[in-house]
Amino acid sequence: MAVLEHNINEVSLSRLEKRENYTFFGLTVPYLVLVGAMIIIPIGWLFFLSFIGRDGSFSFENYERMINSKAYLRIFLTTFKISLLTTFFCILLGYPLAYFMSQISRKWASLCMIGVLIPFWTSLLVRTYAWLVLLQKKGLINNIAIDLGIITEPIKFVHNTSGTLIGMVHIMLPFLILPLYANMRAIDSHCVKAASSLGATPVRAFWTVFFPLSIPGLLAGSLIVFVLCLGFYVTPAVLGGGRVIMAAMKISSNIELYFSWGAASALGVVLLVVTMIILFIASKLVSLDQLGQRR
Amino acid sequence: MANNALNISIHNVTKTYGDFYALRDVSLDVTSGEFLTLLGPSGSGKTTLLMVLAGFINPDYGSVKFGDEEVVLKPPHLRGIGMVFQNYALFPHMNVEQNVGYPQKLRGVSKENTKISVEEALATVKLDGLGHRQVDELSGGQRQRVALARAIVFKPKILLMDEPLSALDKKLREEMQIELRQLHDRLNITTVYVTHDQKEALTMSDRIAVINDGQLKQLDTPNQIYRSPSNAFIADFIGESSLLSATVKNGIASLGSSKLKGNQKLSKDGDFLLVIRPEKLFIASKKARDANHFEGVVEDSIFQGESQLMVIKLDPKTYGEQSLRMRLPNSSSTLSELPGIGDRVTLGLKIVDSYFVEKSHGGS
Repeated sequence: MAVLEHNINEVSLSRLEKRENYTFFGLTVPYLVLVGAMIIIPIGWLFFLSFIGRDGSFSFENYERMINSKAYLRIFLTTFKISLLTTFFCILLGYPLAYFMSQISRKWASLCMIGVLIPFWTSLLVRTYAWLVLLQKKGLINNIAIDLGIITEPIKFVHNTSGTLIGMVHIMLPFLILPLYANMRAIDSHCVKAASSLGATPVRAFWTVFFPLSIPGLLAGSLIVFVLCLGFYVTPAVLGGGRVIMAAMKISSNIELYFSWGAASALGVVLLVVTMIILFIASKLVSLDQLGQRR
Repeated sequence: MANNALNISIHNVTKTYGDFYALRDVSLDVTSGEFLTLLGPSGSGKTTLLMVLAGFINPDYGSVKFGDEEVVLKPPHLRGIGMVFQNYALFPHMNVEQNVGYPQKLRGVSKENTKISVEEALATVKLDGLGHRQVDELSGGQRQRVALARAIVFKPKILLMDEPLSALDKKLREEMQIELRQLHDRLNITTVYVTHDQKEALTMSDRIAVINDGQLKQLDTPNQIYRSPSNAFIADFIGESSLLSATVKNGIASLGSSKLKGNQKLSKDGDFLLVIRPEKLFIASKKARDANHFEGVVEDSIFQGESQLMVIKLDPKTYGEQSLRMRLPNSSSTLSELPGIGDRVTLGLKIVDSYFVEKSHGGS
């Protein structure tokens, strides 16, 4: 009798578990449909297009052109150079700020965080054009500098690499600070105290204990910034003034100027593959979970 | 590691946060090689005092001397103390060996000598051969030992411990208490230990400094603190106790209409509390001259394994509304004689065990 009852429970309990699993799966369906319809299928379509030549038949000409043309090589080099430099300057500016925020009380840190987030929540275009207003030849910064007699000729800030970098660093900075700050907050402050009680000077304690423990957050933040930079369009287009051509801009001009979907698709595929490779390598170094959540 | 422990003298140390006194004029001497416990409830200031010793908190004023040397202005890394933190604070990016070797590396000790001292320290805490383990592969007790090894590897003359056992389960904690005490005796390091667990303090310490409201309330051996607490807070905080309201007039204490004899001279009139340890009470078959007696009814009787806890409601006519807790050992011989709930009993308390403290006015 007891055995029988036990079996009855087992059957109904496993049915219950199955129902729960279906319910949870059901919750993901809208997102799966969206991803499938809006991302997977179009990317598949692009992938297909990239192998279609000008005459409409299957060919590798889009890829061949990329390998043979110096212009494409230069675009890729520019894209990587700008992305690397942006990441570098973001680290240079963001690490000390995140460190500062992690050391003050949570109340003050939240205030600082608002300072980081308000620009983050402001429209990308608004911020980019704001930089244009500030940095252009007769912009605010040049005017003030000339009025104060610091310079006589306006400095060329925009429509070149430095303008692109200034804008991109500003826009990318929160992407570095958010994961880095979360990581630094999670570092046990007692570890640094322990280091100094064991005889480490504050500088030594920082480099031997705090910094190594912040590397996961730093890698996660840098990775987000770098990958976002690779495909960045608006800011380099506006602040680069056509002189700094990154991959995304070339994709756009391929379509808008030359109506060459094949060439644009091929470039998109290459960019996607490169990004995937970088993510793959990075995932070996740092758990990708950290990109989205606190430890 | 011979007799090179340092004594610590703390003088008039005060620390405020706004209007709040974390430490109020604390003076305290720790003799060299002593195991001193700072005991107090949370927020009492005991950890603040330890952090002042470690150098992580600067007092508003006051002096801290290690031996003859004034250290109050010295930064933590120059104080040369070993410290064990509450959550161990092991470096998660280093393995056990690297953790324990860290202070040696900072001191520029050669690789070979570091290896020797690390092995020695790990052997001292009974972790031989675990040097290559990662920190997250260790159990709580093992982490505790690594933290200890790291704190003693450079042979400091002072060891500070901030509730190092609070994260362990009860059984392990009790084992570690005895082990830590033995380790202290072997290494002969002046040790300042912070805990909120009065039993832990009683078990481990040479002397206990009871801290509350940022003040040093009593500094004495465990035995003395248990037997003659200096005030009602300590009587209540350390060990189990029933506190009965008594009044003293002309040197004679009375509880309601019943006279009490005590083990100390009561030179002051006023409201007092009789401190009764539950295990000191016994069931009196007849009244004896060397004891105080209380009449009451058994209100509750609770089996607690090694002992039986009884709550006795005293006769309200004689004593007012008061009750007592009595603890009797659960040996087979006493079991059959235990009174049941509702039984009338006469309790005895030897005069040597009858101790009065002044009833506090206000907070302290």
